[in-house]
Amino acid sequence: MTATTIPTIQVDDVVVRYGEVLALDGVSLRVRPGRVTGLIGMNGSGKSTLFKTVMGMVRPDRGRVLLDGAEPAAARRRGLVGYVPQSEEVDWAFPVSVRDVVMMGRYGRQGLTRRPRPADHAAVADALGRVELADYADRQIGQLSGGQRKRAFVARGIAQDARMLLLDEPFAGVDKRSEATIVRLLRELADDGRTVLVSTHDLHALPRLADEAALLLRRVLFHGEVSEALRPENLARTFGLDAVDGSVPDGGESGADQPDVGGPADDVLPDAPASREEESA
Amino acid sequence: MSPADLLLEPLQYDFMVRAIVTTVIAAVVCALLSCWLVLVGWSLMGDAVSHAVLPGVVLAYVLGAPFAVGALVFGFLAVALIGAIRGTSRVKEDAAIGIVFTTLFALGLVLISVTPSQTDLNHIIFGNILGVSEADLLQIAVLAAIAFSVLVVKRRDLTLYAFDRMHAHAIGLSPRFLGALLLGVLALTAVVALQVVGVILVVAMLIIPGATAYLLTDRFGRMLVIAPALSAACSVVGIYLSYWLDAASGGLVVVAQGAAFAVAYLFAPRHGLLGTRLAAGRRRIGSRPGAL
Repeated sequence: MTATTIPTIQVDDVVVRYGEVLALDGVSLRVRPGRVTGLIGMNGSGKSTLFKTVMGMVRPDRGRVLLDGAEPAAARRRGLVGYVPQSEEVDWAFPVSVRDVVMMGRYGRQGLTRRPRPADHAAVADALGRVELADYADRQIGQLSGGQRKRAFVARGIAQDARMLLLDEPFAGVDKRSEATIVRLLRELADDGRTVLVSTHDLHALPRLADEAALLLRRVLFHGEVSEALRPENLARTFGLDAVDGSVPDGGESGADQPDVGGPADDVLPDAPASREEESA
Repeated sequence: MSPADLLLEPLQYDFMVRAIVTTVIAAVVCALLSCWLVLVGWSLMGDAVSHAVLPGVVLAYVLGAPFAVGALVFGFLAVALIGAIRGTSRVKEDAAIGIVFTTLFALGLVLISVTPSQTDLNHIIFGNILGVSEADLLQIAVLAAIAFSVLVVKRRDLTLYAFDRMHAHAIGLSPRFLGALLLGVLALTAVVALQVVGVILVVAMLIIPGATAYLLTDRFGRMLVIAPALSAACSVVGIYLSYWLDAASGGLVVVAQGAAFAVAYLFAPRHGLLGTRLAAGRRRIGSRPGAL
């Protein structure tokens, strides 16, 4: 662990309402650099809302967010924040190549027309190499498999040189091999001293992926060691399960509200269905 | 009559030359903008704004202000009203769009009916390609140049806005600003095009070229070349047809664009109907060993 423990993402008592619906009810969270933090919660627990609040897309009704100790807008202008969207938030038929998507990570540091400079091309090539997509750079983004798509967006965050990387359900619709590649990448990024916050309901990947975990159900129920987070009583509270038999619950019938402990993944068919988070306001 | 005469005869008339130049200018700007409209999913919004600017244009005419100013005011007003109705009532967006733009368009018709010198203004509804004056041409060229420049300079930001608003926001750009910019250019472009093909057909020029180009390529950069080129070609073809058939020029320009779309829809190499069917067929054959 790196010496610094000053949180780069600081959420203080945040409340977010969508009309009648209380999406976040007093969330406080400190996410430290050099660590991979897993954000665990079922659908509707407020994971996406929390992400959008951290990103400044959703304005909290109460509380505040600080990024790197300052107003989020300042951190965004400095290009500190990178974001990997959920699959269903992306138009995969959009006529952009993988290289185009990664280049979008460089826009913040380019001039008026965002004309790429040699340094930008170099950063994009480097990022594509790190996620092992160099050979796919000229493909249309939708022609990649589920895992490759995620890696392309991670590459965008790398090209951006974002100090904080937020990933929303990066393992939905991703096969085991791509998942392992993404886990390795995120570990490397954290070892670089970056802050990595990953929302997921894939509990199997958690011990390999994350240094610590936060359990969310409209508020943070637990934040600490992964092994402790995975204790049945914590999961039961997080996922609202009644029957707890002392083991990690199996996805089994896997209603939308059940934790996904590594159900069938699909790396071939595009647009693999993934469960839907709440809409943003 | 030789083929050369077919092409050259109409050019003896100044009004035909002006018609072709004006239409090509309008077609290029509309087509450029349409690339973003079809990808953002704003085709209906393009329809709405291009109709809703009518009262603004009429009021600008009455007050002696530039058409573009009136159009911008009413273009934004329409979008604000649509957003307000959608956000504060149970009426859904498509209904809100339908209510706002038809009402504003109707208001425009009422204003035209009580405004002296109706002839000019009726041309705004149906277009008057063959009656474009030198002064009209100049105004259209200036507005088109502004819209064109904004789109070209901000093309990467607008594409990012269309593709991933969250990322635009994350790197400190303002999605709200980019959306407003696109709307502003839309209102401006509507003014350019409505003097050519009229309010009713503007929406065709704002949707068809982008949709056609989208079927032809997977590269946005190429869409931005294909759409204007195709739209300009269709404009010239439409105007020549109108000369030789003695039929409505605005209508024929749009019919030509629709025909181009139909060809792309059927025969586009990758995304055309035949192309995708053939590819699916090949995959089926390929997956059955021994089958030919």
